[in-house]
Amino acid sequence: MTLLQLQRRMAHAVMQPLTSADRIAPKTDAGFIKPNDRLRSVERLEIYSRSYWFRVLDSLYDDFPGLRSVLGQRAFHRLSRAYLAECPSRSFTLRNLGSRLEDWLQRNPQYSGGRHALALDMVRLEWAHIEAFDSAAEKVLGPEDLLELGPSFRAGLQPYIRLLSLRYPVDDLRIQVNRASDERGAASNVALKHKHRNLLRRVSRSKPQPIFLAVHRLAFTVYYRRIAPEEYRLLNALRKGQTIGRAIRRAFENSSVSTDEQRSMLETWFAAWAELGWLCPAAKSKRKRLT
Amino acid sequence: MPANRFNGFKDYGIGIGLRIPHYGHIFEKKPVVDWFEIISENYMINGGRPLATLDRILDRYRVVQHGVSMYFGSAEPLNREHLRRLKALVKHTRTPWLSDHLCWGSVDGTYSHDLLPMPYTFEAAKLTARKVREARDYLEVPIAVENVSSYAEFHMSEMTEWEFLNEVVERADCGILLDVNNIYVSSRNHNFDPYEYLNTIPAERVAQIHIAGHSKFQKYILDTHDHPVIDPVWKMYDHAIRRIGPTATLLEWDDRIPSFDEVHAEALKAEKYIQAPVAAAL
Repeated sequence: MTLLQLQRRMAHAVMQPLTSADRIAPKTDAGFIKPNDRLRSVERLEIYSRSYWFRVLDSLYDDFPGLRSVLGQRAFHRLSRAYLAECPSRSFTLRNLGSRLEDWLQRNPQYSGGRHALALDMVRLEWAHIEAFDSAAEKVLGPEDLLELGPSFRAGLQPYIRLLSLRYPVDDLRIQVNRASDERGAASNVALKHKHRNLLRRVSRSKPQPIFLAVHRLAFTVYYRRIAPEEYRLLNALRKGQTIGRAIRRAFENSSVSTDEQRSMLETWFAAWAELGWLCPAAKSKRKRLT
Repeated sequence: MPANRFNGFKDYGIGIGLRIPHYGHIFEKKPVVDWFEIISENYMINGGRPLATLDRILDRYRVVQHGVSMYFGSAEPLNREHLRRLKALVKHTRTPWLSDHLCWGSVDGTYSHDLLPMPYTFEAAKLTARKVREARDYLEVPIAVENVSSYAEFHMSEMTEWEFLNEVVERADCGILLDVNNIYVSSRNHNFDPYEYLNTIPAERVAQIHIAGHSKFQKYILDTHDHPVIDPVWKMYDHAIRRIGPTATLLEWDDRIPSFDEVHAEALKAEKYIQAPVAAAL
């Protein structure tokens, strides 16, 4: 047996799903492992298998607290096991473990517990949160650059900003989940359970309410900012490298907003983006996206 | 501390692992610590708070990088994206040496995020050594490989773990990060004499030492890094220091992490052993 063959056999054995009792499957191929005076071959392999599964399940548990609230703990656990069995890590860092969860959940709606659209929106938000936390930041356009802004100017969008079009107001829900988590330890168990029940009740009653969201960061903290549909389209167009003139036309296509209102909205948005440092030189941000 | 070509000729003393629960204490109290070990992968990102925090640490402290996912022993080639990001971090931290584990953990592009044990074969030693050399040449920094704790042995092994370690480091001409606790854990799990292991280590290649605590279960010991160092491990550390000479030492505490002061105090217990050979020589 070559090294590669051994590693394939062991990886297959270690990463195969555990039984419902969190044990390695009894008929696992462990013939390549020596037994010792205390443990059979399969028991020695089980140490690695349990360690692997607990590690990746813990990582997903930490990264998707909002999805846990939407589904409930048991359904989230079932989803996690199924997702990780089909989509094991393809990255050297656990940070990317949830990168394929949205695609996977779209193909596997049976794991959404009857709240498919809500669960998908929460996954999108929570993955955007991870990306906004540690993605690159480019040099912010300074006041002198902003003076040059005109229809033919191209401005980029900071690489850490994620723009989302969502069917549910999951931003509010995620903030509530965070608060509940922060309060843990400060409250008694009874009070905590009561709050958690209330939170789950609110989640189950969540009604669709389309929103547009910019997930961004300020002073290294991630924030969710609701934006208008036209603002969402404009920012997306800038990100695609369109000139400001074309991006504005794209933003207000088929819009009933009057020209005066458009001017007022644009002034407000550009002022806010300048204050938040959202705009950066276009060429650099484009090059960054390509690497 | 003995400086050698495997630790960038640096005389580092006793360090501790940089961990998030201690950030507040470190920035507020600015404790005197000889050096911090960082987990490279935590900072191989493009921006945000982790890198800003690292910069604040670099302003005041010496930092050495320790990796957990290079997987020198994996049969597949080194991950170029991983190396590119690691090199950027090496340039940023100016780490005098860099360590990662003598293990495997990925196959066909799928990652276990674990330190899986090697089969101790000549084929594996040759491949592992080649990958260590490739990484060192690309990263342009001395590399030390760390012996891992293990819970399984392979029928196909052709030598002992310590013979395999020696085979790899000689072929790669690299350093060793000697984890004394890992030797203890593996010796209990596989019924070998840990002192036989220690006595075969080429002293001149040891760049750094790790010490840590572990957890005992009924039929095996698990390397959990969530307890103080036990006396038998301190005894082995004493033996290693007497053999190798005073060496840059780091305490690992990664789970159920107590206060900074408690972790630092546990690490500083190593002083007593480091000073002993020096005192004896005077």
